[in-house]
Amino acid sequence: MPLQAIAFYLLAFVTIAAGLLVVSARNPVHSVLFLITAFFSAAGLFVLLGAEFLAMLLIVVYVGAVAVLFLFVVMMLDVDFAELRQGFAQYLPIGGLVGGILTLEMVFVAATVATNGAASKNPLPNASPGGVPNTEAIGRVLYTDYVFFFQLAGLVLLVAMIGAIVLTLRHKPGVKRQDIGKQVARTPKTGMELVQIKPGEGISE
Amino acid sequence: MTFSANFSLVLPEIVLAIAALVLLVAGAFRGKVGAIFTLAAVASLVAAAATAVLGPHGHAFGGVYAADAAATYAKVAIYLSSAIAVVLGDRWLAQRGDQKFEYAVLVVLAALGMGVTASAGDLISLYVGVELQSLALYVLAAMRRDDAKSSEAGLKYFVLGALSSGLLLYGSSLIYGFTGSTHFSQIALAAAHGGSHGVGLLFGLVFLICGLAFKVSAAPFHMWTPDVYEGAPTPVVGFFAAAPKLAAMMMFARVLGDAFPGSVDQWRQILVIAALLSVFVGAFAGLAQTNLKRLWAYSSIANVGYALLGVAAGGEVGLHSMLVFMVLYMVDVTGFFACLQALNRDGRPMETIEDMAGLIKERPGIALAMTAFSLSALGLPPFSGFWSKYYVFKAALGTGDVMLQWAAVLGLVGSVVAAFYYLRLIKSMWFDAPAGSVDAPSPSARAVGYAAAFFSFPIVLVALVWLDPAAKAAAAAFGHA
Repeated sequence: MPLQAIAFYLLAFVTIAAGLLVVSARNPVHSVLFLITAFFSAAGLFVLLGAEFLAMLLIVVYVGAVAVLFLFVVMMLDVDFAELRQGFAQYLPIGGLVGGILTLEMVFVAATVATNGAASKNPLPNASPGGVPNTEAIGRVLYTDYVFFFQLAGLVLLVAMIGAIVLTLRHKPGVKRQDIGKQVARTPKTGMELVQIKPGEGISE
Repeated sequence: MTFSANFSLVLPEIVLAIAALVLLVAGAFRGKVGAIFTLAAVASLVAAAATAVLGPHGHAFGGVYAADAAATYAKVAIYLSSAIAVVLGDRWLAQRGDQKFEYAVLVVLAALGMGVTASAGDLISLYVGVELQSLALYVLAAMRRDDAKSSEAGLKYFVLGALSSGLLLYGSSLIYGFTGSTHFSQIALAAAHGGSHGVGLLFGLVFLICGLAFKVSAAPFHMWTPDVYEGAPTPVVGFFAAAPKLAAMMMFARVLGDAFPGSVDQWRQILVIAALLSVFVGAFAGLAQTNLKRLWAYSSIANVGYALLGVAAGGEVGLHSMLVFMVLYMVDVTGFFACLQALNRDGRPMETIEDMAGLIKERPGIALAMTAFSLSALGLPPFSGFWSKYYVFKAALGTGDVMLQWAAVLGLVGSVVAAFYYLRLIKSMWFDAPAGSVDAPSPSARAVGYAAAFFSFPIVLVALVWLDPAAKAAAAAFGHA
């Protein structure tokens, strides 16, 4: 067990430290990189709990897609983060108040759950019920019992994709696109033009 | 039940999904929309309606999907109304040089989502169906992206729709937390035993009803409706006002009739308040409108109020009245917007009441049809609007609940107030001096308008003979999830 405990404290420490650095880093790109670190160590925590599927999901979806998307947004949109930071002292009291209330609520809830709430009635859910690893357990029902939802969710994503294309794609007439068929079909006859140049005059175009 | 038997129950959805994919690929590779493309979309919707009628009844995938008489009734109406929307919208967009093949694909996918919600037997299928239909509808509202008002409509619809989805999910999670299941039949069992989790469950139900009220645009969650109707392309508005409304009312019927049939006393008061607010908001706010699309948005809010009154009556009688009401209303509103999209003056759409001045001399056919729709919306016998209201009020008065009886009386008062703006439109069309010549209407829109007007009177009298038993069988299917 001591190895697991060391791993837990290390990962938990890195998660919290990276989380703090996300909000305190001056450079927004660094913030996103710390966010990725936080995701990675949180994934490690999931592995410790035996929930390897959630760990993979966190890395594939949050690191692979969401965080990289953030990085693109931060680097491509010229957001002036120094300006966003202005008025920090002005908003500190109200922000601190909201944060404080949230912290208190979480402490209360955690304390209640730990002493007489759900935790005492329901033991920790088993990550591998019946000896089946949870990835396999999800795989067994995803395409059988839940195939209807799975396919419908796929259609929802399809609609989102069509919608994004319909609303943003514009076919500009002047854009030159590569058409390999056209390039291969070119012959010297179509690609070349012989022009008689009179002395002292240029070519018209 | 075998795996393939499950799939035979969801055949209408499979037909639509495959059709949407094929149309998408065909459109992406050909780039142009021809008559064949539109025809294929219409044919797939009609085929889905036919499979819904002919297919077996039962519960698929462990009860998350119900193929029963109610689902069939709603699906036929939704698919056919979507097919009309494909034809009308395609022509309208083509006239404006803005034709996109994605329009038909999105309508087909929206119809698929609506069908899923109509046969939902589980909170998850309800939510996924809602998202599928809503996402497609947001894009349809913003279809004319170079038009500022259309973009505004899409954005407003999207933001408020996302909020309502949040409410819906929050309510669903509370219900799941307090009953331990997302299945409607399990929820009904847990709710029937009541006990200590009664208040929490009620809380979840209230949130769920609020989310659904957003989708059906019932007051006090109606704010988005006038702006979206004004900005979105006219044929799309005709679509919005018809099929998604029935789908959303079916969600009400599924949630309240399948999951909470025993808690009538608890949800009835919420529905009665929402219904009366809708009727009065629709009636009084409509008085100030000059734009016909906004006016019909308020009219649709009022009509949703009457349908909710039917649901509030509860039980088989109440749901029966709602189902009849919605289908009759769908025909009226489709016809009205078909007429509206047919009317242009010098290439500019005629959208205000003043634009309609003297229409009876310019286009007597369309003016007559629009008069019929106005009189029908007013609830004048023998038009279809009278019969739909008759069913709802009969159901509300027949419950023996004093609150509901007073609500029915107040609803009647509301419809008298709303009569003013319908009559103002008729007066403008018949007695005011014409403001100029009207362009030749497009034949498809005119045909749909005329057909709907004939349905409104006198076909409705014949149609009710088979619509009534069909709706009755559909209403009897609830509560057996």
